Parts: sequence; C-alpha cells; structure tokens
Amino acid sequence: MYIANKNILPIIPLAWAFLISPPVQAAASKTVHEYKLTNGMKLIIKEDHRAPVVVSQIWYKVGSANEHSGITGISHVLEHMMFKGTRQVPAGEFSRIISINGGRENAFTGQDYTAYFQQLSSDRLPISLRLEADRMRGLVLPDDEFEKELNVVMEERRLRTEDDPQAKLYEQFNAAAYVNSPYHNPIIGWMDDLKNLKINDLKAWYQHWYAPNNATLVIVGDVDPDQTHTLVKRYFGRINPIQGAPLKPRNETIQQGLRRITVKAPAELPYLILGYKTPVLRTATDKTDVYALEMLASILDGGNSARMARELIRGQQIAASASASYDLLAGHDSLLLLDATPAPGTSVADLEKQLRTQIQKLQQQPVTDEELARVKAQVVAENVYQRDSVFYQAMQIGILETVGLSWRLLDHYVENIRAVTAAQVQQVAQKYLNDDQLTIAVLEPLPIEQKAQQMTGPRGNHGH
Amino acid sequence: MAINPTLQPKLTFIHGLRHRILLILALLAPTAGIAGPAIQHWTTSNGVQVYFVPAPDLPMVDVRIVIDAGSARDGQLPGLAFLSNKLIKDGDFGLDADQVATGFERVGARFSTTCYRDMAIIDLRSLTDPELLNPTIQLAAQLVTKPAFQEDSLERERQILLVALQERLQSPSDIANDAFMAALYADHPYATPTEGTVASVKAIKRSDLVTFHNRYYVGRNTTVAIVGALNRATAEKLAWSMVKDIPAGRGAPMLTPLATPPADKTTNNAQIRIQHPSTQTHILIGQPGISYDDADYFPLYVGNHILGGSGLVSRISEEIREKRGLSYSAYSYFNPMRQAGPFVIGLQTRNDQANEAHKVALETIKQFIETGPTVTELEESKQNITGGFPLRLSSNKKIIGMLATIGFYQLPLDYLDTFTTKVDLVSVEMIKEAFTRRVHPEKMATIMVGNLESE
Repeated sequence: MYIANKNILPIIPLAWAFLISPPVQAAASKTVHEYKLTNGMKLIIKEDHRAPVVVSQIWYKVGSANEHSGITGISHVLEHMMFKGTRQVPAGEFSRIISINGGRENAFTGQDYTAYFQQLSSDRLPISLRLEADRMRGLVLPDDEFEKELNVVMEERRLRTEDDPQAKLYEQFNAAAYVNSPYHNPIIGWMDDLKNLKINDLKAWYQHWYAPNNATLVIVGDVDPDQTHTLVKRYFGRINPIQGAPLKPRNETIQQGLRRITVKAPAELPYLILGYKTPVLRTATDKTDVYALEMLASILDGGNSARMARELIRGQQIAASASASYDLLAGHDSLLLLDATPAPGTSVADLEKQLRTQIQKLQQQPVTDEELARVKAQVVAENVYQRDSVFYQAMQIGILETVGLSWRLLDHYVENIRAVTAAQVQQVAQKYLNDDQLTIAVLEPLPIEQKAQQMTGPRGNHGH
Repeated sequence: MAINPTLQPKLTFIHGLRHRILLILALLAPTAGIAGPAIQHWTTSNGVQVYFVPAPDLPMVDVRIVIDAGSARDGQLPGLAFLSNKLIKDGDFGLDADQVATGFERVGARFSTTCYRDMAIIDLRSLTDPELLNPTIQLAAQLVTKPAFQEDSLERERQILLVALQERLQSPSDIANDAFMAALYADHPYATPTEGTVASVKAIKRSDLVTFHNRYYVGRNTTVAIVGALNRATAEKLAWSMVKDIPAGRGAPMLTPLATPPADKTTNNAQIRIQHPSTQTHILIGQPGISYDDADYFPLYVGNHILGGSGLVSRISEEIREKRGLSYSAYSYFNPMRQAGPFVIGLQTRNDQANEAHKVALETIKQFIETGPTVTELEESKQNITGGFPLRLSSNKKIIGMLATIGFYQLPLDYLDTFTTKVDLVSVEMIKEAFTRRVHPEKMATIMVGNLESE
C-alpha cells in the first residue's frame, strides 16, 4: 500500500491500493464464520487473535452505481449525514462516543457500496454495535445540519476534483467511457446535482437503502464468534427488514469504436488515461478470463520489475510515471486502465503510441514463464502480508459480499491466479483489449500563473 | 516519490484525517503505555543499532533500515539525500535496476525507499521461508553497502524528479507546504523540500551521491528495526548479514537547534499569499514546534489532541467544519522531529471564504491558549489516547514504525510502556502553561494559496 495522492487523504490511497491489488487466500474458511439474522442481515466474523483489537464494518449495498441523473452524489452525502444525529444520539455524539472509547472511525462511499467502520479495543465492540444499529433506521436528517454538511461535501469535491487536474480528467474520462452504465457518474456527484440536492431526496434515499436485509456486518479481530453473534442479534435483531424493488441491471451498451476526449485545465504536466472495456468477476461468463486479466494487469504493473516500469520508465524513458490497473471486484462491467505522465521530451502522442504498443505486444507474443512465475510468487507472498491488517481482511470480505460475490472466493484466489497460462493472457488481450473498446483521455495543460505576495508585519495590516 | 501514478481514488470518505504528514506522525506518534511489546536491542561491531520485536504469528518478516541521511543533510544541494536514497534501488556494480527489481519480486519480497527530512529509509518485507528470505537479505545488503550510482540511472531519476517538482506546482496543497516550510525554517536545513529544487536537482553530480553515501550510509549513523517470525539468534544473524560490510564511519553531526519560540519575529511571521487558479484557498498557519526529546512533549501532544488532533471531535474541526461547513478538512498537529518540527494548523475552503476561515482558525487557537481545555475535554482526550493504545500496535507494520522511531530518535526502550502514564499525568494547567509559553499565534507564519482575484 502506498500513498500517492496529495494532501489530507492518507486513508484513500490505502483503499485504492486495495482495489488494484489482488485479494488474499487466507485459508479463510477455517477462521471465518457466517451467520444470517432472521431480518436478513448477514454477519461475517473472522477471528484474528494477534492483538486485542477488533474492526467492525457495516456495508450497505448502495453506492453511486445505484444513483440516477439529477441526484448524483446522494449516497455519499447521506454517508456524511449518518454522523448528524438520530432520535437517540444527537449530532456529533457518535464520533464523540467512539473517541472516548479509544476508537477510530470513518466511513466511505464507493460505486457499489457505502460502509462505516470502527476500530476499537475488542472489549469495546458492543459500543460500536449499539451505535451502528441505532443509525440503521433512526436517523433524523435535520435541515440545518444538511445545509452545512452539503457545503462540506462541496468543499470536498473542490479539494478532490475541481482543483486536481488529473482527477478532473479521470472524471471526464469515465463520463466518456461509460454511456448508460452507472459508472458514468462520479461517486462524489456532479457539482450541479450537489447544489440542487434536497433533504427530502436524502430521506427517501435513506428509507430505501438502509435496512438489515441490505447490509452485511463484517467483524474481524480478537473476538469469540458465537458470543459476538449473540451480541449482534441483540442490537440488530429487532430491526425490521424493508421491501426493496429489484435492481435494474443497467448493463453498459456495447461500445462500437474508439472514443477520445480532451480536457483543458490549469496544469503543469500533460497526462493520459486509456481504458478498455472488460468484464469483472461478477459479470464474466468465463471466470478464467477475469483471472487472466488480473494476471495481465500484474504483468504490466505488478511491481518495479513489471513492464511499465522496466520498459516505459527505465528502458525507453518515455514516461515519468506509468501504471495499469484492473478491478475484478467491481459490481458492473469495468475497465482495464492505463495511465501515464510523459517524461521530458516525449509527446503525449508518442506516449499513447507506446502504451498501445504494450497492449499489441501482449496480443502478439505470449508473456514469459519468468513473468508468470514472478506474479505467482508475489500473489503467494501478498496472501500472507495482507493478514497483517485486520482492517484489510475486513475490507476484502465486505467488498466481495456487497458486490454479490462470496468471501469464500478468497480461499481460491491464489490457486485461480496460479492456474493462469501464458496462452490465456494472450487470449484475453486479443478478446478484450481492442481499439473499438478503447477510450482515451488527454489532459492538455493550460498555463498556471503564479505570483507570491509577501506581507510581513502586524496581523492587522496585511489587508485581508 | 511525488509523482502520482494512480487515478483518482475510487472511494470518498467522511473525513480525510488531516494532512499526509500526519500519516508519518501516526506512525511515529508514540502512544500510551499499557505495556508495549518487549523490545530487544543490540549494537553490531560496526556500530549499527538494532531493535527487534518477535512476531511469531505470520511467516513473514519486516526490516526497516533508517539512516540519518534525510534531506536535512542535503547541504548546498537540496534533493541530494532524496536521490541518494532512491538510487539504492538502481543496483550495485554487478546488477542493474531491472535485475534488482526482479531479484526481490521473483521471491515475493517488497523493497522500497523513502526519504524524509530527518530519515532516509529502506524497507524490506519478505516471507520467512529461508529459500525466499536468504536471497532477499543478500541482495538488500549489497545495495545498502555499495550502490553503483550509475550515470545513466542518475540521469533518468533526475528527469523523473524534475517532473515531480513540476507536478508540485499544479497542486495548491504542495505549493502551500513548500512555502510554509520555507517561511518557518528560513536558513535551517528543514526549509527546503525533500525533493529538492529545480536548480539543485539539475546540478547534482554522480560524485555528490558517492560522497554523500560514503559519509552518511555508515554503521554509526544507521538504525535497523526488525519485526517478524524469527528468534533472537536468527534476527541477529539477519541484521548482521545486512550490515556487515558497511564501514563503521561516524555519526552525523547534530543539526542546528531552533529557538522555540522563534527568536526573530520578522523571519517567522511572514504572511504570504500565492496566486493559483484553484477554486479553493489552502491555508496553513504555524511555527516551529517540538522535537522528540522536548520537555513539553506531553502537554503539547495531549493539548493538540483536543485542539485539532482528533478528527471530527477536535475544536478546530468543530468550529471550521461542524459549525460552519467551511472546510472538508481542518486540523492541527505537532510533527515532532530531531529538531523542532512544525506546528501546523491547516484547512482549505472556497476562495471567497478564505478570510473568514482564517479568522475562525486563529480565534480558535487564541481562545484555546487563553482558557486551556476544559476538564471534560482533557478527560475525553486521555480516554481516546489510552483506550486506543492497542490499536497502535496491532500489526507488524505499526510495530516496526514505532520501533524505528524509538531507535532513530534514541527514545528509552520503555517508551511505549510509560506512555499512557505520562499522558495521564498531564493536567489542564500544564497544557495551558505549555501552550502559553510555546505557541504564539502573533508570531506564526500564514500561507494562503488560491485564487486571490475571486476572494
């Protein structure tokens, strides 16, 4: 896991790194316990007794992919409002109670889920369960808190997207690559939709999605499974399920030719994103394709010895940075992504050509045994390394369950990757990575004019 | 590495946990002392300090080598420490960068380098299976001992670093940080960015790297931390295999101490506004703060936890975000370093709200210094710090961060064991007294980066 982004977002890249790195085989079935409450809520407990701590994550099956035009960003705004008070617990109290119990908490919204978590000493778990059960149905959503929090979210959007040229390009890229798939819209929502969001929109959204039969509770740490199950039943068992309308599939319409967009924004550096339409684990008819795509992404960018670093950054020295990623755990058909910043003296057009040459190479020649062996060794090792973090283990279970897969897949991930052959990698490169399925986005920098004003002296005199 | 190769993160969080420096702080920030892990310590014959905590549960080992060769040692060439550290990965006289990368990755090992102002870090993570671990250790030892610093490697990394420096200029947050450190530290080595400056990065020669490495990458200037499924004998053997060919050399000289509060008012209370075509103004306010061995460490640490160090619950977040909706992230922190690291208050807000937010932040800190925390605030903060102590040691990764910090800053071996006790001893009066004496809003530097025309 590494920190790549700027400013205040340490936790984000962690999660991002998760999404682009392979999940783990943890011999999970031996230590994982699955329960279902009578109201439909799923409970998954994984024992990890290395330290006297626990992480509790509740995952709701709602994210930006459930939204429609006009209310984009609503899932994320609601996530913020979940800290703004229930009938039992006033605004701000949730965070205060977790804090005085030595806990850490946060929440995140993705395309396919919204999740809330607390990390605590394992004896404090009941506190987290009580609070989380309370806000599953008891949220008040006061108007004045909503107005302030909407401003906070708009500041968040400015910070993450408006003032970050690469993020802006990525947002426009998604809007071009996906036509009717819900991945067309940004998780944080379009600014205009945020401005026009109303408290009643949130109330309806909350009523529709926040219920035990739309949630999975994942608990990992130093706990006894059966005792914890009893505890969870005590807090969540009485909450009534709701009747939800079945989800529309919203499958992306078939792309019929290369798409290309340009974004002009104040920036110092050009930047390039390429994305090829690909199936994911949930949607693929042939699951081996997905593992082959996962292998392919690691051949390109699974470390400092992978092709992007070896050939583009070091060998040809045409990229200052270059990466490839593929998220096999997305809920809808997704993309194999390449992105890069040119090295000094290289044009964006040349860099694009070389990135596409990399894809052609994968289509024309089988990858080497050495490369396959390298990725397989890494997957085996990462499988152990990932068990160093209870949070990460809970994330894996939560994502799998929430996008409609099973945590049991964790047990088979390593063997599925190890089964991938060079011929399969070549086949998926030919099958999916063709130009008609390609979208290209280029950031064209506009000049930034910088000037500093220095005003020393007593605070009252510097004119602002 | 400052270049951001990833696309926008796919998740968006309720709160951003302050600044990225805080991530380091979280790692370094000592914590409460309900007994920590038993730390074993020894010194090798060439002067390397080794710290070890056995962690038998997972068949893996982490090694962190910390050298007192961070950018504070750059001298006249900012970026020198950064490049010396980065180019370790580029091989010795027998292996090139491709072979090095393959050497680690074919056995599933991770090898990385990081450079801060105080520390140059080399991290290694491997499975403990000897067939995988032994070649990993051997390769790492070669690189640490005699990196080649080939001309073509330097040239390539120089170009990449120049791009990274250019990229910093499109980020209002990076621009603010660089200006902030420059304003706070003036002539002190902490003033320049770890990544260096364009002029200096262009000027660095291979011989500079060699000289730097020979001077600083020596036994008496090196700390090794080990956490993993090893016994003491194996850990000793591992540490020795890594460092046995490093000459003892001599430790780096003491860095110039900083007067805190700053003696010269005019150099530190700079008010700097930088025009940038962003929709938000990034605001940083601060002054030099504390070192790890500062006598006021605990009152300031606990006090800041209440002021701006505990996420949504802190006063600054309450005033800026919760009450007024002015910013997504509003925080304060002390970043303890070898010499007084910065005390920072930070936020970002829509350009037209910048002056209002700045005013609220300043009033909040002034008010805090004047009246101190309430008894309840202090109690609740202590409960958070001490109650959350086990979370800070709940993984090998967290433990090795602590271990390396304890070793590098030469903190006592019972540092973790006594931490909660020291936190519990802090009183309202101690916080008020320490903040009054040490924190001076009227002398602080203020940096504002944003679109001034639209304010």
